[in-house]
Amino acid sequence: MDSRAILAELPRLRRYARAMLGDRAAADDLVQDTLERAWSRLAQWRPGSDLRAWLFGIMHNLRVDQLRRGGLPSTSLDEDAVADVAVRATQSDLLEVMDLETALRQLPDEQREILLLVAQEEMSYADIAALLGIPIGTVMSRLSRGRERLRLVMDGRQPSANLRVVR
Amino acid sequence: MNAHPITEFELHAYVDDALTPESQAAVEAHLARHPDDAERVAAYRAQKQALKALFRPVLDEPIPESLHALTVQPIKAPAGRGGWSAGGLWQRLAAGVMIAALGGVGGWLAHGQFSVRDGSLARIVPLSHQAAVAHVVYSPDVRRPVEIGADQEEALVKWLSKRLGTPIKPPKLGGLGYELVGGRLLPGNSGPVAQFMYHDGSGQRMTLYVTTEGTEKRDTGFRFAREGPVNVFYWVDGKFGYALSAGIDKGELAKVATAVYDQLDQK
Repeated sequence: MDSRAILAELPRLRRYARAMLGDRAAADDLVQDTLERAWSRLAQWRPGSDLRAWLFGIMHNLRVDQLRRGGLPSTSLDEDAVADVAVRATQSDLLEVMDLETALRQLPDEQREILLLVAQEEMSYADIAALLGIPIGTVMSRLSRGRERLRLVMDGRQPSANLRVVR
Repeated sequence: MNAHPITEFELHAYVDDALTPESQAAVEAHLARHPDDAERVAAYRAQKQALKALFRPVLDEPIPESLHALTVQPIKAPAGRGGWSAGGLWQRLAAGVMIAALGGVGGWLAHGQFSVRDGSLARIVPLSHQAAVAHVVYSPDVRRPVEIGADQEEALVKWLSKRLGTPIKPPKLGGLGYELVGGRLLPGNSGPVAQFMYHDGSGQRMTLYVTTEGTEKRDTGFRFAREGPVNVFYWVDGKFGYALSAGIDKGELAKVATAVYDQLDQK
């Protein structure tokens, strides 16, 4: 684990944390905790292995711990409760990108993280399964539910179902 | 044509371009017959693109100082068991790489203040230059880059160990894409030194220079030197001085040097 390699991963770690948590300060706190834990677990690091996967894995575990302790606000919705999703009323002239972020917040954590790992980090299903320590079938079902839910949430707001980002 | 029903998972794998060409064609045929699914797939695609774009600006934000500081191991290093404890070892490594980074391509500190390019570090361990010259002399050699090839690795190890008067062997770097080509014996300042040569799939060559001269148990962290087109990471560990040279990007070379360091230290 060398400094340059870590530095190279920081932008992605920050982006992922921001996307997961929404709040900038909370996201950077999570990244900081991740680095501290990484250094304290250096003995587990295998040189030559995938640093990004290792750091993302640490971040994921920290997040799970935090959620378990109730330290962070979370949207813990039943995975199947699509119909119960509350669509927050917003002004109709908001940019669609804002809508997407709001909609993303409506997803349960375990679906949001997989959508982000697939879309944002462009990880393979197998890599995600390894990272999160879950079967690949679970990755697929969460991806499938998450995408469909996000689509419905967006549809509820905008009947045109047009998700294209402006700008 | 209805070979098998298309599953929900296949639709998603299609969105993510994770299908074999055959399955992809099958999904496309399915979508052509099922406009509802086609519409959904299009929506997922757009959704994926939008998610990708949503937080992209975060990548360009400056890294907060509190995080930057944590790219080197915190001083209150845990798990110190003395000697070659992981903490101590990695701390030295990280510090060394940090020094290297200071003079480097992305150097965010003023070069004038922390210049490693003026040779002040190289003078302490004048190893980098020797190694770089040996790299430049032998690595372009197409027909005889080494004296003994990797196919006779055992003989190579035996011979070099005998000539250097201490057991040495080439680290295995296959995991990083570098295979051993072989090695040779070279004259150092006052006696024999060894050079191992590696190459990657593209033919890019890398050499590891190993000397027992002038090390005097004065361990050092990683140091970096740029010798013309050649980048060199070098360090002293126990009775050996090592220098890893290649005409590749410093970050990439640092990765390999870290692996070399780690392997040689485990003996």
